[in-house]
Amino acid sequence: MTIWTMITKMSEGLGRTCAIFFLTLLFSLPLGMLVAMLRMSRNRVVSAVTKVYIAVLRGTPLMLQLLAVTYGPFYLFGSGVAREKLIPVVIAFSLNYAAYFAEIYRGGIESMSRGQYEAAEVLGYSRIQCFMRIILPQVIKRILPSVTNEVVTLVKDTSMAFTVAYQEMFTIGKQIANSQTSFLPFVIAGVFYFVFNAVVGFIMGRAEKRLSYYR
Amino acid sequence: MNKLMEIRHCRKQFGYAEVLTDLSLSVTEGQVLSIIGPSGSGKSTLLRCATLLETMDGGDLIYLGNYAARDVNGKAVYSSPEELRKIRGMFGLVFQNFNLFPHYSVLKNIMEAPMLVQKRKEKEVREEALALLEQMGLSDKADAYPWQLSGGQQQRVSIARALALNPKILFFDEPTSALDPELTGEILRVIRKLAEKKMTMVIVTHEMAFARDVSDWVVFMNNGVIVEEGDPREVIDHPTHERTIQFLRRLQEK
Ligand SMILES: Nc1ncnc2c1ncn2[C@@H]1O[C@H](COP(=O)(O)OP(=O)(O)OP(=O)(O)O)[C@@H](O)[C@H]1O
Ligand SMILES: [Mg+2]
Repeated sequence: MTIWTMITKMSEGLGRTCAIFFLTLLFSLPLGMLVAMLRMSRNRVVSAVTKVYIAVLRGTPLMLQLLAVTYGPFYLFGSGVAREKLIPVVIAFSLNYAAYFAEIYRGGIESMSRGQYEAAEVLGYSRIQCFMRIILPQVIKRILPSVTNEVVTLVKDTSMAFTVAYQEMFTIGKQIANSQTSFLPFVIAGVFYFVFNAVVGFIMGRAEKRLSYYR
Repeated sequence: MNKLMEIRHCRKQFGYAEVLTDLSLSVTEGQVLSIIGPSGSGKSTLLRCATLLETMDGGDLIYLGNYAARDVNGKAVYSSPEELRKIRGMFGLVFQNFNLFPHYSVLKNIMEAPMLVQKRKEKEVREEALALLEQMGLSDKADAYPWQLSGGQQQRVSIARALALNPKILFFDEPTSALDPELTGEILRVIRKLAEKKMTMVIVTHEMAFARDVSDWVVFMNNGVIVEEGDPREVIDHPTHERTIQFLRRLQEK
């Protein structure tokens, strides 16, 4: 097999790699905010349960979570394994990343000074107006570097989907490596991830720059 | 005279520590009232109770006859959120450390609340905001961001932000304490001008000369109670209470 055949075959999986990446961000970024809110809830039970959720998802390997979401229903209920693996894969990734994003959001929100809330309150902003207009924009600026870190990690983590044999780029690469007894597919995968992350880094850098008009 | 704001028998505890004890205070229209007293005497807490940032444990809080809180069997019972929203529109508060919104330009800091909260037209609000900036001597700073301003300029913006909502009464909690001595003067000048325009104000301050000059009533607080109050020249120049004498003497020594 020539290197070009390898690249072509692996490229066919890139769409799925991107699907994991974008769908995970689409779901986990807002879900993380919800989890952060529950974690900061004044209701002790709610915040304790959320704390456990975060601890479990951050404290166990993503690989296990992928296996659990994909094959768990089969072992638990005897139901069939989903034909379209994208669904369990995205669910597992989203639940996992939401836990990380939640902690980032919480850190950002808790770092805001009480004075900002109080100024808005005295000026008559409602709690939602205060959060959406005063707190959230400043939190986004503060957490952007940490979010970038997670997004870069997510790019590389998409390769974990090979554990459930979801045919994304890395899974295909690994299969070729096995059948051809070649290391080349891994090198190709590395280049793919590196370029992907260069793009991510560029975009996030632009975003950070756009928010640098204030301190 | 019309009572603009009145606090009756206010009680406030933090844990077991009683910070305000049966404190009563009223402000009439056009009055400039200064609150002085040692650190920890409860001045900020009183202002925070008056501006609904803190809830009283007991007592009444009344703005122009509207009850924000009513004492029922020794417990302060607060009015409905709608009523409180209406009352919030009657007062403004200027913080010691400004609390401007850093991601907004000076103009937006001033304009957003009138448009968002009072639903006023942008054009009209902009004109008024620009007039306020001119009054504060900041016409050239409308598009600047808070970090580009000196502390004194930031404090003037925060005063303009409070005034843009046309409050009936303005509270200041040590508006010059975070500023260098040279910048203190510019804020005091602004407050003095507001006093000349008969703006009703309650000012917590450590600037005795200013309090004596600008206010027509001064309150000396200690340990959560009003120890002495009256005409500023009387209280500041001829205090009668032992604690007041001590406090003023110590200030002079500094
Ligand atoms: N949120 C709070 N929790 C617990 N104790 C508080 C809180 N806020 C204030 N206190 C206490 O209440 C007392 C009065 O505080 P306050 O800030 O009202 O004093 P102050 O007169 O404004 O003092 P300063 O001149 O230093 O500003 C102090 O003993 C303070 O420690
Ligand atoms: Mg204080």
